[in-house]
Amino acid sequence: MVAVNPLTCLPHHPVMRGTVDLPRGRIRPGARGHPQCRVILKGCVMKRLLVAMLAFVAATVSQSAGAQTLKTVKDRGSLSCGVSQGLPGFSAPDDKGNWTGLDVDVCRAVAAAIFDDPTKVKFVPLSAKDRFTALQSGEIDVLSRNTTWTSSRDTSLGLNFTGVNYYDGQGFLVRKSLKVNSALELNGASVCVQTGTTNEQNLADYFKSNNMRYEVIAFASADETVKAYESGRCDAFTSDVSQLYSERLKLAAPSDHAVLPEVISKEPLGPVVRHGDDQWFDIVKWTLFAMIDAEELDITQKNVESKLRTDNPEIKRVLGSDGNLGEQLGLTKDWVVRIVRGVGNYGESFDRNVGPGSKLGISRGLNRLWNQGGVQYAPPIR
Amino acid sequence: MAIGSRPPPPQFWPKLRRVLGGQTGWGGVLGQLVLVAFVVWLGYEIVANARANMQAQRIASGFGFLSQTAGFGVSQALIPYSESDSYTRVFVVGLLNTLLVSAIGVALATVIGFAIGLGRLSPNWLLARLAGAYVEIVRNLPLLFQLLFWYLAVLATLPNPRQSITLLGWVFLNNRGFVVAEPVAHASFWPVALALGIGVGIAFAAHALARKALFDNGRVLRIWPVVLGSLVGLPLVVALALGAPLSFEAPVLKGFNFVGGLRIIPEFVALTLALSIYTAAFIAEIVRAGILAVNRGQMEAGSSLGLSCGATLRLIVVPQALRVILPPLTNQYLNLTKNSSLAVAVGYPDLFSVFAGTTLSQTGQAVEIIVITMGVYLLISLITSAAMSFYGWRVGMGLGAT
Repeated sequence: MVAVNPLTCLPHHPVMRGTVDLPRGRIRPGARGHPQCRVILKGCVMKRLLVAMLAFVAATVSQSAGAQTLKTVKDRGSLSCGVSQGLPGFSAPDDKGNWTGLDVDVCRAVAAAIFDDPTKVKFVPLSAKDRFTALQSGEIDVLSRNTTWTSSRDTSLGLNFTGVNYYDGQGFLVRKSLKVNSALELNGASVCVQTGTTNEQNLADYFKSNNMRYEVIAFASADETVKAYESGRCDAFTSDVSQLYSERLKLAAPSDHAVLPEVISKEPLGPVVRHGDDQWFDIVKWTLFAMIDAEELDITQKNVESKLRTDNPEIKRVLGSDGNLGEQLGLTKDWVVRIVRGVGNYGESFDRNVGPGSKLGISRGLNRLWNQGGVQYAPPIR
Repeated sequence: MAIGSRPPPPQFWPKLRRVLGGQTGWGGVLGQLVLVAFVVWLGYEIVANARANMQAQRIASGFGFLSQTAGFGVSQALIPYSESDSYTRVFVVGLLNTLLVSAIGVALATVIGFAIGLGRLSPNWLLARLAGAYVEIVRNLPLLFQLLFWYLAVLATLPNPRQSITLLGWVFLNNRGFVVAEPVAHASFWPVALALGIGVGIAFAAHALARKALFDNGRVLRIWPVVLGSLVGLPLVVALALGAPLSFEAPVLKGFNFVGGLRIIPEFVALTLALSIYTAAFIAEIVRAGILAVNRGQMEAGSSLGLSCGATLRLIVVPQALRVILPPLTNQYLNLTKNSSLAVAVGYPDLFSVFAGTTLSQTGQAVEIIVITMGVYLLISLITSAAMSFYGWRVGMGLGAT
């Protein structure tokens, strides 16, 4: 191609000469410019277009790569974990910006098992409405965001629930000044709820099955919902009971509000992963089980090093001094040691974040171990 | 030698070449074919890729979810809706709520915008400065912020239902909304409505007749008695003959909320106010620009013809200004409609909130729902824009331009 300086040829172009005016910025067919200039303009545009298209194709095709989450996480050097936008006790940043909470500990435990470092987690705050899309699209590796396990979420969303780290139920928060003592007295009330939750559907079911009328006002984020409740827009705020206790702490006068005794649903909350990567599913599932089993075997953050020297065959198996159970998962032999050293066992995490040792002060209740009257039961590590 | 003009050479192939290939000839045609093939392949690849990935992860797909039961409540529905209705119904409820807020927002924004725009041009110093301050404050604050201001700082401070601000027991204002007595239709409602319709028809016919008389013979007909008689008199006579068409049912406080009566929820009020006040600031500037674009001489010419100031504005300046105003005004209407999707921040159940929000997170079918929602917003925008183009064309015709 002949080298032509575009600046010297543009004046020959009819547009530049002013003999042709451009209808809507388009060069009219038949308008003739300098022959060499046409070549330049065309070549330039076409080349740029082609590059852009190739880049786009490359981008879309590479999306279909297989699901190797463990490898991706290791290569990245950190775990990407979807959490709430700030629910004290479950997942909330403290005054130094460190995320803490029961749900956060699950992610920290996974990171500890992989990297032996519970801080190698990137937390992604998500609204209830956006959480599943973020997991489906691969933006996060694990969703640990007080998410209720239901059959439709487990099947049609393309997700797998890995277990239950908190057994919850839905309740109502009301002003004490309303003098309401039971959820059955809420006929005709306005109720605030966060959209995209099971709470929204349970609410509809509860009022319908009890032949009560209600007005629902649904907000996208928990903060907006609580703000509307506090401003008096709603008579009641409904959510999982643990969340009600947690949100009540954020109100101006927490003692003016009470949680009604009725629990209207089952809300088993747990971590979630994508379909299609069984190894990753196993890792997240057994990390949670390991925390629960560690509590059952009384392995704590403090005594884990001394427990390594024990003769108890079960503890030896769990802590990896006997057998290679961790390697079967794609991790190391000492994976449970790493988890317990990093975040502690399930009971320690519970006490620290939501239990008596925390601001929330929720009793263990259903979440006690199975041999202590609760329903937390993990399959054995062997 | 024949002098007659030579027949032109056959133009078909060169013409086709020019139409398809532009200046580059057949090479260009080939290039375009390749490009089209490439775009089609790219589109196919994207769809196939998405589908393969969704199948690999076993994410549900297809539009079957539209007939499933929604199972959640909505605070404002213009058509009967209950939790046991389908997602399709939720979609319609959301769409109607979006259209309602857009239509009322557009109307309000236009009125406020014209008033502020004209006010800013007023020779009255105070009025012009006030209008200027309005524009500068409102258009420089984020819309979401204004929305939350109206919702949380203004409407939420209203008293609770038990301490409602009331007007004679018929109208109540509280933090649950604005409750008014509900009109109940009686047997004579439709005859009266029919009479009113006929009255409107007569009024229009009288107007057309008066216009024709003015244009053809220069006669000014006095038609207001006819219009008044047909619009008010006719329905009144029917109502007197058959009984009152409507009665009003006062709302009663029962338990937590008012029962009976019509209620306008505060979410709707906040959203409509925020959208129309925000958009009005931009419309005001568009109106000001449009009027300033009309040559001063036009105003002077009008007054030298002996037209009053108002008549000059109405008959000469505004029609010319409209040609400048309409295209950017259309943009503002489209913006307002699309901005209505901020509704989710204040819990107003618009299309985006109930369909692309709740329905999406319940069914998890993001691709289908986002495609439907985008299509609907696109359609609303295209219809608005077409209507405005048509109106602009009419205005242009009126000015003798095409």
